[in-house]
Amino acid sequence: MNLGVQIVLLTVAVSCIFPLVWMVSSSFKTQATVFKDMSLIPKTFNFKNYVEAWVDGHFGIYLFNSIFYTITVVLGIVIIASLAAYAFARLRFPGRNLFFFMFLASMMIPLPGAFVAVYVLVTKLGIANTRLGYILPQINGGLAMGIFLIKTFFDKMPKDLEDAGRIDGCTKFGIYWHIALPLAKPALAVVIIFNALAVWSEYLWAMLVLSDKNLMPLQRGLMVFQGAHLVQYPVLMAGITITVIPIIFLYLVMQKFIIKGISAGALKG
Amino acid sequence: MHRFRSILAIFIILLMAGCGKPKVKGADVVVWHWMTDRDSAFLALAEKYNKEKGVDVKFELYAPSEAYSSKIRAAAQTNALPEVFGVMAEKRDFAAYIKAGHISNLTGYMDAQDGAWKKSLFEKPLAMNAFLPGNEFGVDPGIYGVPIDVTNILFLYNKDLFKKAGLDPENPPKTWPEFLAAGKKLKAAGIPGLVSGWGEIWMIDCLASNFAFNVMGEEKVIETIRGNVPYTDPDWVRVFTLFKEMKDNSLLASGIVTMVNKTAELIFANEQAALAFNGSWCVNVYNGMNPKLNYGVMLPPVVNSQHPMIIWGGAGSSFVVNEKSPNKEQAVEFLKWLTAPEQQAFLAIETKNLPSNKNSLSSIPPILAEFAKHMDNTTHPNTFPVSEYPLVIEAFDKGIQGILIGEKTPEQIAQEVEAMKQKQKKAAQQSQN
Amino acid sequence: MAFKEKPKAIFENYLFVLPALAMFFTFSIYPFYKVFQLSLYNWDGISPTMKFVGFSQFKDIFFSNPVWWSSMGNAAYITLLALIIQNALALILALAVDKDIKGGNAYRVIFYLPPVLSGIVVGLIWNWIYDGNYGLLNFWLSKIGLAHLTRAWLAEPKTALTCVAIIHMWKGFGWGFVILLAGLQNIPRELYEAAKVDGASGWDTFMRITIPLMVPVFVLVSILTILGTMNIYDLIVATTGGGPGYHTEVPITRILASMRYTSRFGYACAQGLVFGVVLLIVSMTQIWFSKYLKQE
Repeated sequence: MNLGVQIVLLTVAVSCIFPLVWMVSSSFKTQATVFKDMSLIPKTFNFKNYVEAWVDGHFGIYLFNSIFYTITVVLGIVIIASLAAYAFARLRFPGRNLFFFMFLASMMIPLPGAFVAVYVLVTKLGIANTRLGYILPQINGGLAMGIFLIKTFFDKMPKDLEDAGRIDGCTKFGIYWHIALPLAKPALAVVIIFNALAVWSEYLWAMLVLSDKNLMPLQRGLMVFQGAHLVQYPVLMAGITITVIPIIFLYLVMQKFIIKGISAGALKG
Repeated sequence: MHRFRSILAIFIILLMAGCGKPKVKGADVVVWHWMTDRDSAFLALAEKYNKEKGVDVKFELYAPSEAYSSKIRAAAQTNALPEVFGVMAEKRDFAAYIKAGHISNLTGYMDAQDGAWKKSLFEKPLAMNAFLPGNEFGVDPGIYGVPIDVTNILFLYNKDLFKKAGLDPENPPKTWPEFLAAGKKLKAAGIPGLVSGWGEIWMIDCLASNFAFNVMGEEKVIETIRGNVPYTDPDWVRVFTLFKEMKDNSLLASGIVTMVNKTAELIFANEQAALAFNGSWCVNVYNGMNPKLNYGVMLPPVVNSQHPMIIWGGAGSSFVVNEKSPNKEQAVEFLKWLTAPEQQAFLAIETKNLPSNKNSLSSIPPILAEFAKHMDNTTHPNTFPVSEYPLVIEAFDKGIQGILIGEKTPEQIAQEVEAMKQKQKKAAQQSQN
Repeated sequence: MAFKEKPKAIFENYLFVLPALAMFFTFSIYPFYKVFQLSLYNWDGISPTMKFVGFSQFKDIFFSNPVWWSSMGNAAYITLLALIIQNALALILALAVDKDIKGGNAYRVIFYLPPVLSGIVVGLIWNWIYDGNYGLLNFWLSKIGLAHLTRAWLAEPKTALTCVAIIHMWKGFGWGFVILLAGLQNIPRELYEAAKVDGASGWDTFMRITIPLMVPVFVLVSILTILGTMNIYDLIVATTGGGPGYHTEVPITRILASMRYTSRFGYACAQGLVFGVVLLIVSMTQIWFSKYLKQE
């Protein structure tokens, strides 16, 4: 049984690594050889592909922008969603169930046609072609799922801990900050990694709402190598490799919290 | 509490940092485009124009093309369009933009000085940007856009693979029977036949349209679109059957029916297929992937010798001028300059695309010249006096896919397409009441 | 409920949800209202005028648009495959890594690579695998003597949809794996020890301890799978374009076709709403069902 399982694990693992290896290996080849030379280790290492990707793709400024956007959006989602989740889990106010249902429903109703409405709105608010105009709708996009996930954890918070906190003179905010949040670390980690990946890969909204090149995120840089007809494959692969590194790094950091975590909340249900 | 305050503070600061509008000096003429491969050539030209005329032209790139058309749509809603942009759409949408007041009528400029500008450009590509008197969209007749390059779509064949199969590399098949015979030879030699981006259904539409013009003549095709000839007419069934015959005679490479054009280009460039159906832009693509590729150009095989074989061709990319911009005049001047022989020659050499100016042909590489030779027998749906309903086109193209996988017969598809046509006709009549 | 609290307390409570509600009303409710409004009009997306048609576009979707429902069916088929196979795979791998942490850390990272990979790379690799002329799959089939099975995988109606589903599942199982592994790792080891002492078999332990404790996690993964899979789009465009014919069309490709190629923006909005409501019903049913199970 053990050997069979090991084989399955290994096979799946190989299939997962293969594309990454192919991508990195292709990033060192040339346009003429990238689909002819089947070897996994290229015959010559064209490091200049990486230089070209960085320079022609204006990665310097785009990388800075992407990091800025990712941090701001994720921070925004975490703060706003956790506050709201706490209210839905532990506080009473009229309309509580209705509002929660609305958030839940919005998660399930995708609206491909909404981009025009949001664009018009952002323009009317005067924040088109600004970082703010790019950021706010993305924060909103991650709220529903964030609230759903985080609330599940807050629901499991033991009543006695809460009462103890109140006896000690903690305000509602204090309970939220000192007791609830630490218990929800795994949910926060999932929210962070999920939304970071989403913002990092985003480009449609950037194309729509931003005009100034200096505000564009990393994905815009990758577009430079994808013409309507001509695709510069090796340089593109180099560019993609560069963009993949930070997100894998983030996952490595966050996954420690996830493993320790989701279960704690979900299990005691 | 303090930690929260500081985190919150950081967040607010970041948001505030996002507020400021970037201090960009407004350029005189802003151009939005989607052509990634030409971005550097455009920027070079913008600099040159600035030096020569002192006018500041700014090119902004938004790719891929779906993102670009979404941006145009959205910007049109808020009147935020730039001086110069492209409308990557069918005639119907083009007309809608014009009627909504977003696009300038360039006829006056074109006709000025005894039609100097108009005459310098290829006729058909220009016609794609024009509306005829009495057009079905109710647009004032005139020219509304300028082509900055032209393209056409032909068959390509690999000369080396042809030799291997026992076919004459300098004498590709010209008639339908010759074409089918060539397919048999290719199959015997174990060489895959035709690759093309037929997963992107417009390419099927292109070839089907070529065959239609050849089988029944231009007039009958137009009459069908007008609704006076049904799609169940034997000539149309013959067109559908041609695809079945291609499939039955092993002329098509495996998987062509859902192939993306980029994959088709890869396969042909890697000499893994003998034939390709692709546009003149492919010269640039093949050159990058396999500079040694030995290939030639041929017209689609003639089915009916009584009518000419007409291929699709026209403007590759066109620009229009924003009617609502205060800098219209400068925009028009810039477009005139952009389509002048010198600039067109520069673009042709830099980007290996066919120029739209007739006088710039001497600068193009030889294989492109082959494409250019056929610019005179081209047509394109955007130059027809009437346009077919989009849903009918979808049924038509998807129907041919059905024939290619052996799921439907040509007769069945003819009936389905005609049924959709009737449905659309009825809906159009009802909405007019 | 509300009358138990003092007005000041209620006000404080509202402060917690205020930022979320403000964002939501601005960027979700308003666009939703606009989309709903547009679904009642025949609009090409460009003209300044549009024609009010009431619910007739909805009527067309329900009664005269078989392609729409077949696209829903296609997405549902992929979703069903994903729910069963993708999550079974994720569960098996999670179980294996949970018990046998030799190399577990490496596996945890590797299995998460597909979701992180760019869609471009995924499309290129899998197009290469499935290619009818020189694809890897056909190559290996011939090598092991199954040459009669080779075909153009993405071009034949019988196989195209399933092949795309396989790509989707390969790309998505990483998420399920991570969440399920976390769930498994948090089952207290003492429970397993006690079961062993009692002489329970591996299967018994699995059925009596593991499964019941994992039900909430299963529900979470299941809802996320449904939402993620029904919205499939980029993969379809990169591999089959919705073809051959309509065999791999999915709701999102149909909505975007209405918007872009057949110039029916209002109709696209109506399609989006119908799609959303169906998803909502499915998800709500799941949640209600899981609450019902918990009460057992």
